[in-house]
Amino acid sequence: MRSEVSSVGKVSPQHFRCQEPLTLQNGAVLPKYELVYETYGTLNDDKSNALLICHALSGHHHAAGVHADEDPKPGWWDACIGPGKAMDTNHFFIISLNNLGGCHGSTGPRSINPDTGKIYGPDFPNVVVRDWVRSQAALADHLQIKSFAAVVGGSLGGMQALQWAIDYPERVRACVAIASAAKLSAQNIAFNEIARQAISSDHDFANGRYADEGVNPDRGLGLARMIGHVTYLSDDGMGTKFGREIKSGDFDEADNVEFQVESYLNYQGQAFTRYFDANTYLLMTKALDHFDPARETGGDLVEALRGTTCKFLILSFSSDWRFSSQRSQEIVDALVKAKKNVASAVIESEHGHDSFLLPIERYTDALGTFLNRCLAEHSGADS
Amino acid sequence: MTLRGDLALISNLINPNARVLDLGCGSGDLLATLQAEKAVNGYGLDRDPANIQLCLSKGVNVIEQDLDAGIGNFADDNFDMVIMTDALQAVRDPKELLRQMLRIGEESVVTFPNFGHWRCRLQLGLKGHMPVSKHLPHDWYSTPNIHLCTTLDFEKMCEEENIRIIQRRVVNTRYQEHWTIQLAPNLMASHAFYRLGRPL
Repeated sequence: MRSEVSSVGKVSPQHFRCQEPLTLQNGAVLPKYELVYETYGTLNDDKSNALLICHALSGHHHAAGVHADEDPKPGWWDACIGPGKAMDTNHFFIISLNNLGGCHGSTGPRSINPDTGKIYGPDFPNVVVRDWVRSQAALADHLQIKSFAAVVGGSLGGMQALQWAIDYPERVRACVAIASAAKLSAQNIAFNEIARQAISSDHDFANGRYADEGVNPDRGLGLARMIGHVTYLSDDGMGTKFGREIKSGDFDEADNVEFQVESYLNYQGQAFTRYFDANTYLLMTKALDHFDPARETGGDLVEALRGTTCKFLILSFSSDWRFSSQRSQEIVDALVKAKKNVASAVIESEHGHDSFLLPIERYTDALGTFLNRCLAEHSGADS
Repeated sequence: MTLRGDLALISNLINPNARVLDLGCGSGDLLATLQAEKAVNGYGLDRDPANIQLCLSKGVNVIEQDLDAGIGNFADDNFDMVIMTDALQAVRDPKELLRQMLRIGEESVVTFPNFGHWRCRLQLGLKGHMPVSKHLPHDWYSTPNIHLCTTLDFEKMCEEENIRIIQRRVVNTRYQEHWTIQLAPNLMASHAFYRLGRPL
């Protein structure tokens, strides 16, 4: 039975400064780089209980707990990480990092380019999912973790989990891809391009050199976030949350009516500009668009997955239209054809793509049961 | 683990390391047993959240999929055996599903409750009521069983569809093959079990 469910409490970020150069997929070389990460739970003696969390588009290393007692909000995946939760810190040692190219402390567009002594800005090289996975493997080496009990991610994070299974089959025992896809659809790329255009057409974007010029493309970045937000929710979910509620103005007089949903989106857009970097947003969306492991096997996903050895859990949500269940089914079908161990579930939810961040009982039960079972099988506690 | 009688019958037919697909795998007992005892590469399809959760807890490769949406996503000749226990009567298009099963798998096993059982006939024929019994426990308004058939009906369809019946076993409600059942299977069997193949 489930033990008491609670928070991991106060956590502090740590820093991994890698002095080994990293050659990226596009040939560019990062001579050295830094990754900021957090850990939750305790690494066991044989270092076999490590679980890596890969974050999505706007995520970062702070996935669970709080940084200070007075923090109003815990980490972004606190619903699923903690003692007794789906990713149970009583059993797992959980690592969550900010990806390369991010804007929360890992080397990225806001960092100083050692070649010029100035901020990278738009000159930060394009990193792709495979580059992230390689840098995450370097972090695992640093922590002396030979293999992960599981690599888990939602959305873009799920793509990293899949890439882990493909690139390091000997280092992953379970791969969990939630609300993810083996590649983006044209519609999905289209939404990303609209977001990118919103940013780059803002005058204050200054060709990506806004930091040098002491400005920030708030309007463009905020708009990009608003577009994204709409696609992460469902029509029903927005109906339940906002309906046609009016925030201000007078409907009868048709005077300056502002709907709740408008107010919410504007607030979300503006808030985003305070903690997210526009160049990082461009980089992350391009990595999303680029991801397609089957491209190297002539478009054959089955072939791309042939060399994997881990167990897979593929989860999706009924109302998610940005990363629909169909995309997850494609992964499942390919894994079955490739004769891999895979389980899948389509979770009923009205919260769209954002569902993967929420404490939906069936979802957290499925995730927790799968992960605990995998850990038990490995430690020989299997019944 | 002691398997339900019909599942034990099926388990005997599966070779070690076989590729097995179980349509409507329920709580995953059959696949869990086959994985543990015969190292099969098995997958189960189900649409019920509680069943999927049970399968996950047993380490079974369960895939959430509604059989009524078809199984066209599976490739030809992908499995050695495709199994469907007690679900044939509850699916929307049983004939098409059977065709698909033998497209995906080399052989199939199908089990279903026999509507020709004397209890059913008694209740309908003499009492004038839709049969409700141990092997068909639902009332007419709440039954998931929308395509009930007798063993004779099933065999007639197999003949029409050119489906080869490799083996038939007929049992009572306790999944026993009593000799009395063999005298008049369509009257005495509560459950039927067919091993099917493509035409020779």
